[in-house]
Amino acid sequence: MKKKIKLTLIILFLVFSPQKAVFSQSLSSGELIRNAKEYDGKLIVYSGEVIGDVMLRSEFAWVNINDGENALGAWMSAALTKEIKFTGNYESRGDCLEIVGIFHRACLEHGGDMDIHAQSLRKIGNGRIVQEKLNFDKVSLSLILLGALFLIWILTLFKHK
Amino acid sequence: MILKPRLEDLKIIGFYLGKIILGLALTMVIPILIGLCFGETNPVLDFFISIEISILLGLLLVKICQTDKDLNWMQGMIVVSLSWVVAMILGAIPLYLSGHWKSFLDACFDAMSGFATTGLALVQDLDHLSYAHNLWRHLIMFLGGQGIVVIALSFFVRGFSGAFKMYVGEARDEKIMPNVINTSRFIWLVSIVYLILGTLALGITGALNGMKPFNALFHGACIFMAAFDTGGFSPQSQNILYYHSFAYEVITVILMVLGALNFKLHYHLWMGNRNELIKNIETRTLFVTIIATFSVVAVGLAQTGIYPAAITLFRKGFYQLISGHTGTGFQTIYAQQFGTDWNQLALVGVILAMALGGAVCSTTGAIKMLRIGIIFKAFKEDLKRIIMPEGAIVIEKFHHIREVFLGDKLVRSALIITLAYIILYVLGALIGMFYGYPFIGALFESTSAAANVGLSCGITNIAMPSVLKVTYILQMWAGRLEFMSVFTILGFLFASIKGK
Repeated sequence: MKKKIKLTLIILFLVFSPQKAVFSQSLSSGELIRNAKEYDGKLIVYSGEVIGDVMLRSEFAWVNINDGENALGAWMSAALTKEIKFTGNYESRGDCLEIVGIFHRACLEHGGDMDIHAQSLRKIGNGRIVQEKLNFDKVSLSLILLGALFLIWILTLFKHK
Repeated sequence: MILKPRLEDLKIIGFYLGKIILGLALTMVIPILIGLCFGETNPVLDFFISIEISILLGLLLVKICQTDKDLNWMQGMIVVSLSWVVAMILGAIPLYLSGHWKSFLDACFDAMSGFATTGLALVQDLDHLSYAHNLWRHLIMFLGGQGIVVIALSFFVRGFSGAFKMYVGEARDEKIMPNVINTSRFIWLVSIVYLILGTLALGITGALNGMKPFNALFHGACIFMAAFDTGGFSPQSQNILYYHSFAYEVITVILMVLGALNFKLHYHLWMGNRNELIKNIETRTLFVTIIATFSVVAVGLAQTGIYPAAITLFRKGFYQLISGHTGTGFQTIYAQQFGTDWNQLALVGVILAMALGGAVCSTTGAIKMLRIGIIFKAFKEDLKRIIMPEGAIVIEKFHHIREVFLGDKLVRSALIITLAYIILYVLGALIGMFYGYPFIGALFESTSAAANVGLSCGITNIAMPSVLKVTYILQMWAGRLEFMSVFTILGFLFASIKGK
């Protein structure tokens, strides 16, 4: 609750801040990439699934967030990443995060990368381990093919005799 | 009179094709082992099914077409071109079974892109792909980079003269060692040594950058295979941008350049002959063309003002340029940014770099430095002839491992292949334009496919028309084999229909 109030206050402050425009609605990665010039240096809200590794760099960290269209890198304080429990890969679905931060079309601090410098973070969905279910169609197909291979082997033996 | 191919021809082709398929099947054991290590049951099944289909097909061909006859030139070329098509189909089976590719055509596209070391991809939800499948995507780049036939020559074929015909068919006409099998083994030795060193360098950098140690090592191996074999796939959807690391970029640039060098040059460097690097026409041409094309890119990017700091402009511009020039296709920007943030001048710079490529007998595609160097020397020779008195004898030579006199035959051959590549680039661009893509974008993507680069300005995606997907597959195939094998198979088909 405390965090929600904090986030709302930040958004309200920035909405009425005279210097920077705020896009309070979550923007898609596609929209950000296509119209990067328009959003450059602005405070934006972006949400998606954490994928890969959370890469800690001393007091900061890189978190890559995929909204289903593309993944964007978010640069944030290492303290913020403590909320992240799951990251997306084959074995698991990553936590879904909503971040508020400054969007950079070509970040000067990070060698021209397109990134978001996150100021706050909110977990909007919990990640989970994905239980792999055995695909019985694949098992059947592989057994049939194994049978066919065995048959060829037998036929080869007969031919040699 | 055109002669219809005999049954004997088909039997010989079938027999050697079967052997190559069996070789390919064996390579699928590697992702199975990785899958078993990580308990990835369904991916293991995908590869199990694929290996069974491959062995079945390979065995049938070897048994039905059993022969002890050697290959002639035509048969050798056809075996090579067919083996790339069959490798694409068999390599696509585990990809398609994973469910991460929308259609079998998409899986074939990525398989050809992998084998041809291109790097254009139609995979969906890459960030959740299994280790086994991800390794396979990169492994096929490694296998394709060395040459599918090189694998067979190295491990499965024992000393027959037809080996050289297949080796040449795979666009490798230089023998490093006295015989082609030892040459293939040397290529493997170089690649394995670099694989170990490159994986360690990238793995350690990844771990220092905050990746989990195992992931860092796995990514290191994958990125090495994609960089050294100038492929361009990456285990994550953001490509190299995922790592947010300058050190990672520097290492991949070194690996890309190493991959773009002639294996023969590697041999001389290994033997301590460092002068060869300075004297060789290919490295000299590469140096000049990198400077020339980067100048175009830099001016273009400076005009846009997207990278106000010189260091940023250099980092972004040079990385995409080197990636394009070496035929790798790694990106540190999003594909759409080529269209939205880069201007046409910068794009032309990258297109030129992609069209030129790296060295012959390397893993790169495109026209290649030796041919560009030869054409430049031929122009120089002609200019000298005009300037000098009529009676003067003008002789031009160049250094490529040894001193070579510039003969008309060499120039003609270089010009024919260059022309064939230009036609291929333009044809692909025309088809792209037919489907409504703008000229520069269509030319960019077409050149990227035909030159086996893999940089994309966003045209390559699952929604693009199937005809364009097939066009790019054909371009990747023809570009990788440098036309001769492809022309031979077309001639063979024609003879089958019209021959007597």
